[in-house]
Amino acid sequence: MSSVLLAVVALGALALLAGAVLGWAAVRFRVEADPVVERVDALLPQTQCGQCGYPGCRPYAEAIAAGEAINRCPPGGEATIRALAELLGREPEPLDGEEAEPRVAFIREEECIGCTKCIQACPVDAILGAAKLMHTVIAEECTGCDLCVEPCPVDCIDMLPVTPDLLSWHWAPPREPAFERTALIASDRRVA
Amino acid sequence: MEFAGPVRPLPGGITPPEEKALSSGSPIRPGPLPAALVLPLVQHLGAPAEPCVAPGDRVLGGQVLARPDGPVSAAVHAPTSGRVVAVEPRPVPHPSGLTAPCVVLEVDGDDRFLDPSPLAGWRDAPPEVLLEAIAAAGVAGLGGAGFPTAVKAAAGGARRVDTLVLDAAECEPYITADDRLLRERAGEVLAGAAVLARLLRPERILIGIEDNKPEAIEALRAAADDVDPGAPLTCVVVPTRYPSGGERQLVELLTGREVPAGGLPADVGVLCQNVATAAAVHRAVARGEPLVSRITTVTGRAVARPGNVEVRLGTAFADLLADAGLDASALDRLLMGGPMMGFTIEDPSVPVVKTTNCLLAATAAELPPAPPARPCIRCGFCAEVCPASLLPQQLYWHARSREFDAARELGLADCIECGACAWVCPSTIPLVQYYRFAKGELREAEREREKAEHARERFEARQARQAREAAERAERRRARRTGKRAPGGEADPESSATAASATGASATPSSATAAAAPEAPATDARERRAAAVEAAVARARARRERDRSAEAATLYGAAEDGELARLGAELADARRRREALRADGGDPNVGEPNLGDPNLGDPNVGDPDLLAALDAEIAELEAALARVRSRLGGGAQP
Repeated sequence: MSSVLLAVVALGALALLAGAVLGWAAVRFRVEADPVVERVDALLPQTQCGQCGYPGCRPYAEAIAAGEAINRCPPGGEATIRALAELLGREPEPLDGEEAEPRVAFIREEECIGCTKCIQACPVDAILGAAKLMHTVIAEECTGCDLCVEPCPVDCIDMLPVTPDLLSWHWAPPREPAFERTALIASDRRVA
Repeated sequence: MEFAGPVRPLPGGITPPEEKALSSGSPIRPGPLPAALVLPLVQHLGAPAEPCVAPGDRVLGGQVLARPDGPVSAAVHAPTSGRVVAVEPRPVPHPSGLTAPCVVLEVDGDDRFLDPSPLAGWRDAPPEVLLEAIAAAGVAGLGGAGFPTAVKAAAGGARRVDTLVLDAAECEPYITADDRLLRERAGEVLAGAAVLARLLRPERILIGIEDNKPEAIEALRAAADDVDPGAPLTCVVVPTRYPSGGERQLVELLTGREVPAGGLPADVGVLCQNVATAAAVHRAVARGEPLVSRITTVTGRAVARPGNVEVRLGTAFADLLADAGLDASALDRLLMGGPMMGFTIEDPSVPVVKTTNCLLAATAAELPPAPPARPCIRCGFCAEVCPASLLPQQLYWHARSREFDAARELGLADCIECGACAWVCPSTIPLVQYYRFAKGELREAEREREKAEHARERFEARQARQAREAAERAERRRARRTGKRAPGGEADPESSATAASATGASATPSSATAAAAPEAPATDARERRAAAVEAAVARARARRERDRSAEAATLYGAAEDGELARLGAELADARRRREALRADGGDPNVGEPNLGDPNLGDPNVGDPDLLAALDAEIAELEAALARVRSRLGGGAQP
């Protein structure tokens, strides 16, 4: 009887000790933010465009961490979906929407009336100007999110495709050879 | 000067047909003086130079056209006298065929130069002075990459560099520019090496040269005794094998030290310079001549007079080829650089730049188009010849299936794109194209990641600012409300407004409320009272706006106030026009025309549609005004 009691007491003491240690560790080593959200957020393109239905990239990252679909980000495109799928161990899904070419906003300055609406809409402060003075887009800071286009009362904002310059240009993939489609083995190759 | 062999054999490598005899036989000849020179602002690796001339300026040869902009950049000088006609984008020699900003110089034919300012006593000059002279001359690596020499030497001087390597291997087929330079001007090269040695204070200077250039080796031997017999100079003769002239490869051959992945030769105590760069350094320091010309091999079987030309930078390829007797009908492909690492030039109007070491005008028989690629048979030849000891086959698979991260893990960044793997591939797979593509995609992904990170920072900064502004606004509102309540308790809004009208516009809201409200003439008609209320409210609002614009240092507060004012003005204008339209059907646009809003066009007289439109517009403006007011959080709305 006493040995049973001893065992119960010993195990109970161990359990209490372990509980105390775990409780202390939970407080001491608390992780402030959800690390998954951080890592998802780091993969999103940060255009803050809201095309996913969330008011910015971080809210969408939080939603993804909570189980939202990973294919809602058109600016990120397939590459972002692949990266998210890899991070979260989910299946890549086809993009919900059209993957658009990178674009940059351009204000036709002679038409701008200086209403500051686009400045207020820009999520990354990429538009410069003041009331009743012409505004202009800082092209390097523009994420191409489109959010400034709709508020403009005189429709003087164009979204222009980003033209590659010498720095951003890079080699295109080589053309895939025809054997991929026409032949099974090398000797099937037709004489050109 | 001593002679030695390589410390360690080159891993891999190939021995393609040399084809150097085409151009190595004749001495260096001066290039043509064309009617116009086009000088790109980026002829080097790094940031574009900042132009310091304007169209219309007359310049002399050697005059600075563009100054270095940023820590890694190089100046651009005028190669002859003439007039600047434009600073504009022009096609540049680049595989993309894109344009880049260039200074266009109309040559006057006099070929007058600024008086050169040589550095007297350069052998004893301090390193800073030498570096400055090299930077001022715009010297950039002439071997191919074009890294600004002064930057490289300064970085090398900051670290402990015990070995200076001069690259004379020139391993790529067809090219003989360094070979001819050494044969004819070995003294300049060694003098340049002496300048670099003063900067770096190395224990030894190694000249790496392939054994297919015996005349150049002989010229070096002769010059070494003339220039400085005591210099710790060793000429290392390496077997002819492509690509032993690559910087990393040559360093490994000559010193046995392997440059770490992602590192520089300086990490293993070595600094490598091309011999042509050394000669340019000598000219810059000892003669005060900026880099305005270079030795370029013009070769290939489509030109009648192949050879080496000392060509002015900015000369169009077409001019240079015409000077060498180009047979346009025989020309199949024009390459800048050699057949292994060069790239096709589609537009022969592009100019010679600092990195143009060779122009190869090849006939169809010389460089036949690659046969179609066949499937990889995993023979492994590519891995045997890879000078960087990579796994080209694996890189190929990953690049093709767009697994760029996997390719990076396998050392894609260490690939020097020498083309040895593609050269031996029995299936003629364009391997280097795949590597270049994968590298580009990785670079792009990296750029995008950085851009996203930057955008996130800006977005968060904006959110923080908006939160701060909202808090400040709430704080002000609270302060105003408590200020109002403190003296007189809950004031009747009507009487306080009347008080404001009585005490005048200059009073602050709190003092207006605090002032003992004189009894309004209650017996008067209510209309007068209402008018007074409205006037007081208007004044209070104006005052509040004044306060706000003074307080709000940020853009948006001011912007919203501006918007409020603008909307108010527009509303008043629209109302006035509606009244005018209703009243007499006359021209409603009697006052100043509203230039601010093109939607308010010149209305037609007495048009009922127009009236309706004006009504709608007024409603819209009122709504907008209300929105702005609610955003401003003002409580003064009547």
